[in-house]
Amino acid sequence: MPHNGNVSADLASRETPAPPAPRRRRGPTSLEALALLLVFGLTARPGLTELFAAPAAQAWAARFVAVCVQAFPFLVLGVALSAAIAAFVPAGFFHKVVPKRTALAVPVAAVSGAVLPACECASVPVAGALVRRGVAPAAAFTFMLASPAINPIVVVSTFVAFPNDPQMVAARVCASLLAAVTIGWLWARLGKTEWLKLPAHRHHDGGKWAAFWAAIRHDFLHAGGYLVIGAAIAASLNTLVPERWLAPIADHPVLGVLALAVLAVLVSICSESDAFVAASLTQFSPTAKLAFMVVGPFIDVKLAAMQAGTFGRRFAARFAPAVFCTAVAASVLMGVIWL
Amino acid sequence: MRRDAQAIILLLVGGGMLRLAATGDYLNYVKPYAFWLILPAGAILLVVAAITGWQAWRDRREADDDDGHGHGDPKVAWLLLAPVVGMLLVAPDALGSYEAERTGTVVGAEEDRSTYPDLPDDVDPVPLTLLDYAARAIFDDGHTLEGHRIQLRGFILYDGDEPQLARMVVSCCAADARPVKIGFDGEIPAGLEPDQWVEVIGEYTPRQGRDEINGELVPYIEVESITGIPTPDNEYQ
Repeated sequence: MPHNGNVSADLASRETPAPPAPRRRRGPTSLEALALLLVFGLTARPGLTELFAAPAAQAWAARFVAVCVQAFPFLVLGVALSAAIAAFVPAGFFHKVVPKRTALAVPVAAVSGAVLPACECASVPVAGALVRRGVAPAAAFTFMLASPAINPIVVVSTFVAFPNDPQMVAARVCASLLAAVTIGWLWARLGKTEWLKLPAHRHHDGGKWAAFWAAIRHDFLHAGGYLVIGAAIAASLNTLVPERWLAPIADHPVLGVLALAVLAVLVSICSESDAFVAASLTQFSPTAKLAFMVVGPFIDVKLAAMQAGTFGRRFAARFAPAVFCTAVAASVLMGVIWL
Repeated sequence: MRRDAQAIILLLVGGGMLRLAATGDYLNYVKPYAFWLILPAGAILLVVAAITGWQAWRDRREADDDDGHGHGDPKVAWLLLAPVVGMLLVAPDALGSYEAERTGTVVGAEEDRSTYPDLPDDVDPVPLTLLDYAARAIFDDGHTLEGHRIQLRGFILYDGDEPQLARMVVSCCAADARPVKIGFDGEIPAGLEPDQWVEVIGEYTPRQGRDEINGELVPYIEVESITGIPTPDNEYQ
C-alpha cells in the first residue's frame, strides 16, 4: 500500500499546480480536482478492493450500485421528458390544457398520471418542469404522486404479483388516486409558494436544442446527485436493519400496517416491482401490504432526497410527512372497503 | 463545477453503465431485461457528455476572459462519482450466502398460485427452479413432485451447522433480493463451502423445517448427489 500512496502523491504533485497560467485563477479548478480524484481512485484500487472485501461491505456496495443502476435509466427518461417540456412545449400550452380552477386541475392531473409509464425517479424531474412551465404546483405534485402508482406497467405487475386477488389492484389504484388528489387539494389550500425553491435554469440563447441538451445535463447531474444520497441511505438501511425485527409485529393489525409503511420508505423499491416484494411479505395483513404499495411510490428516502433537490429542503421537510400520513390513511380506508 | 468537469462526470456515468451492459456484470445488480434500459440510457448520457464537452471547448475558444465557471451549477453532481467508483473500481459481487443467512426465505409469495402443471415424464432428472420446487412442495404437498428425480441449482449456505441450498430471488434490483432456501435430507457430502454453486439431484421428501428468521416453511430434498458447478452468469432468479 505505501507504494501506491507514493504514486498517487507523485502524480498529484504533477497535477495540481496547473502549469501555464496565462489567465488568473483562484485555486484548483473543478476539472483539476476531478483529474486528481480519478488518478487517486485508480492508484488506490487495491486498497478499495481490500476495504470492500468484508461481506457486509460487499453487500452494501452491491445494493448501492444496484439501486443506482436500476434508477439511472428512469432518471434519464425523466430528465429527457422534462427537458423536452422545457425546450419544446410552448409556455401557453399548459394554460390551455390544464383546467383553470385548481380544484378541478388536481383530479385531472391525477388521472393523466397514467400516461407516464415510468417509476418515481422519472416523475420528480417531470413535475419540476411542469411547475416551471406554469402548471399549478398542486396539480404538478398530484401528477408526480399518481403517475408512478397507477401507470399501466405498475397495474399489470400488481396483477401478476397477486394473481388471485384482483381486488388488490383496485384497492391500490383507488388508494393511490385518493391520496394523490388529497395531497393536491391540501397543497392548494395550505401550501405556500415560498417553500418552493426551484433550481434556476440559466437562459440559453442558442436555440431550442441547446436549451434541451443543457436542461438534460443540468437536471441529470442535479437530481442524480440527490439520487446517490438516497441510494446510499437505502443500501445502508437494507444492510443494517435485520429482518427479524419485523416478525413479532406482523400479526398486530395496526403495528403491521405502520411497519410495512415505514419499511416502504426505508427500502426505496421501484414502484414497478414493489408488488412482488409486498406479495412475499406473507406474515402481514392484506391492508399492510396495500400500505406498502401505496406509500412506496409516494415517498421513500431516495425520493425525499430527490424532492429536496428539485423543490428545495423546506418543501421536502413538509411534503414528506404529509404524504406519508395521507398515503397510510388512504390505504387503511381502501383496505377496509376492498380487502 | 466547470462545464468540462461536468462532461467528464457524464462520460464516466454513461460509460460505466455501458461497460456493465457490455461485460454482463449488470446481472449482478439488476434483472436481465434491464439491459434494454441501461444501454439507451448510457448512450444518451454519452451524447450529452459529448455535446457538453464540445460546447465547453467552443465557448472557451470564443470567450477567453470567461474561464467557464458555471454559476449555480450543481455541486451535488460530485456525488455521482460514488456509483462510478462502485461500478468501475469496486465492482461488488452478486449477493450470496452472507445475505441469505440474514434474510427469511421468500417462498410465501407463491402461496396464491393455483396450478401446478405435471412434470414431464420423458425428462430425467427434471430441472426445476428452487422457487418452483419449494412452492410445489409446500403448497401442493409435493403431489406433482412424487415419482420424479429433480435437479436443482443454487449456492450453499449454512443454517447453524446445517448446509442448505439457496438462490436469491430478485424482483427489481439486488436491493430487494430475498433467498429461497431448501434443506438437504439423507447423505450429505462433507466439505460444502458457503457460496459454492452446486447441482443437486434428488427426490421429494415430505420433511419440512422452519426458517427461524421469518417463520416460513423450508422444504427438504432427499439428496442423491451434490456436485460443484461453476457460478452461473445470472446468479439471481
